[in-house]
Amino acid sequence: MLDLLKRPVASFQDFIILSGRAMRNIVRTPHYGDDILIQMDAIGVGSLLIVMLVGLFSGLIMGQQMARALRTYGATGQIGYIVSVALIRELGPVLVALLVAGRNASGIASELGSMKVTEQIDAMRALGTDPIQKLVTPRLIATAVTLPLLTIIADFLGLVGGFLIARFQFAVPFSQYWTPAWQNLAYQDVAEGLLKPFVFAIIVALVGCFYGMRTTGGTEGVGRSTTKAVVVSSIWIFVTTYFLGKIFVNLQ
Amino acid sequence: MSDGSIFLRFDDVSVRFGETTALDHVSFEIAGGESRIVYGIAGSGKTTLLKAALGLVKVDSGRIYVFGQDVTDLEESAWFEIRARMGILFQEGGLFDSMTIAENVAYPLVNSVVYRSSGKRPDDHDVEAKVQETLRFVDLEQTLEKFPSELSGGMRRRVGIARAVVTEPPLVLYDSPTAGLDPITANTIVNLILKERDLRNAAAILVTHRFQDGHLMAKFRYNPSSGQIDAAPAKDTSVKTKFFVMNEGRLVFEGTLAELKLSQDPYVSKFAK
Repeated sequence: MLDLLKRPVASFQDFIILSGRAMRNIVRTPHYGDDILIQMDAIGVGSLLIVMLVGLFSGLIMGQQMARALRTYGATGQIGYIVSVALIRELGPVLVALLVAGRNASGIASELGSMKVTEQIDAMRALGTDPIQKLVTPRLIATAVTLPLLTIIADFLGLVGGFLIARFQFAVPFSQYWTPAWQNLAYQDVAEGLLKPFVFAIIVALVGCFYGMRTTGGTEGVGRSTTKAVVVSSIWIFVTTYFLGKIFVNLQ
Repeated sequence: MSDGSIFLRFDDVSVRFGETTALDHVSFEIAGGESRIVYGIAGSGKTTLLKAALGLVKVDSGRIYVFGQDVTDLEESAWFEIRARMGILFQEGGLFDSMTIAENVAYPLVNSVVYRSSGKRPDDHDVEAKVQETLRFVDLEQTLEKFPSELSGGMRRRVGIARAVVTEPPLVLYDSPTAGLDPITANTIVNLILKERDLRNAAAILVTHRFQDGHLMAKFRYNPSSGQIDAAPAKDTSVKTKFFVMNEGRLVFEGTLAELKLSQDPYVSKFAK
């Protein structure tokens, strides 16, 4: 029984060590500014279109389903409120984080994994650079900056999507949608909606880097690491969103 | 225990990976301007020897001294200073495949912790000039903007040499620089290593399984006036080349070329022809 637990505990310990070193490097020289910008472009700009599409469509879908239910109570005017709270507090951050996990945790894991199996990570160390400083920290910073921004964009487009349904399918006037959508948002909702993507970003970047950096076993190993990175980061996103949500509910 | 002229010293070093012993009580030392040729079949511990010298694998017992400093239990962050003074050519070149040749060769100058943190970072113009000069040294200046995948195996190996020596390190380690190459290309590579050694008087460890590589290193000299490789005069002892033979992680032979040729050991004598 203890032996069974040994491996996951050991990997978790390795993960914590890697995370610690990656975070410590944020305040340490040297800084690889150009790598941070390149990663921001790959993760942020690269995910922009798909995040916009998903944001818009999640708003359209929610608007459609919620309005049907609300209509039975004659409360279609509340559609803006429901869409905004659900999107900003929960759905926006989770959907965007899952997308970025699928797109970038996998990308990071396969890129770093290929570098690992072709000895490029060893070459980096041998040439006097710290692979964590050069590879992991820039990806961590880039994801932590871009994921909240992507979430804001997705949330906004989701609200627009909800509005389109409310306006054109259920004839809800402009202000009747946007006023409750805006006024019922507490600071706490916004704080929750921005804290979550920040935490998810750390999970996505570090899990991707972690599985990439410990890849063994050639190209097959790279495939395994990529899959693991996506699966594990997705699971952690769901687990943390539950607990973060719980904390915020208790705060109210 | 710190002698400045000894660049690298192994003192009874053992490295194990699980059940297998990769290095088994290995001891040797190499001083400035000396060469060591390490022979051995695949899996005899040659690459592990180089990786241990670079701190890429942890040793289980024994001590390693680099430039007189005990590096055995050094933290990873303390290694960067030392690695900046060592050059390494990896077995498969170890080039960064998403970077151009110029970026690969410039990598140690632009990115290494030592150059970045201490304000010693050369400006872009100097880096470019240095990269040009180093690529001219390996006769590849026309490939600056190409990617490693666009080059042949021998060319990649030459880029690897350029990257290893661009910072002019006093100690250069070459891991099987000629493996998998045709004899003509292999000779070109060894000539480059000779040229590097004789022009800068750097210490070199060359891991190989080709007898000719060691023979060239021991018996030939780079002639700066003609730019050719000439046979060394019989009495020339300016370069001290010693030969090691490794088997199953142990150093089973240590001696000169003449001694290697005279060896009666069936395993060792395999490398003497």
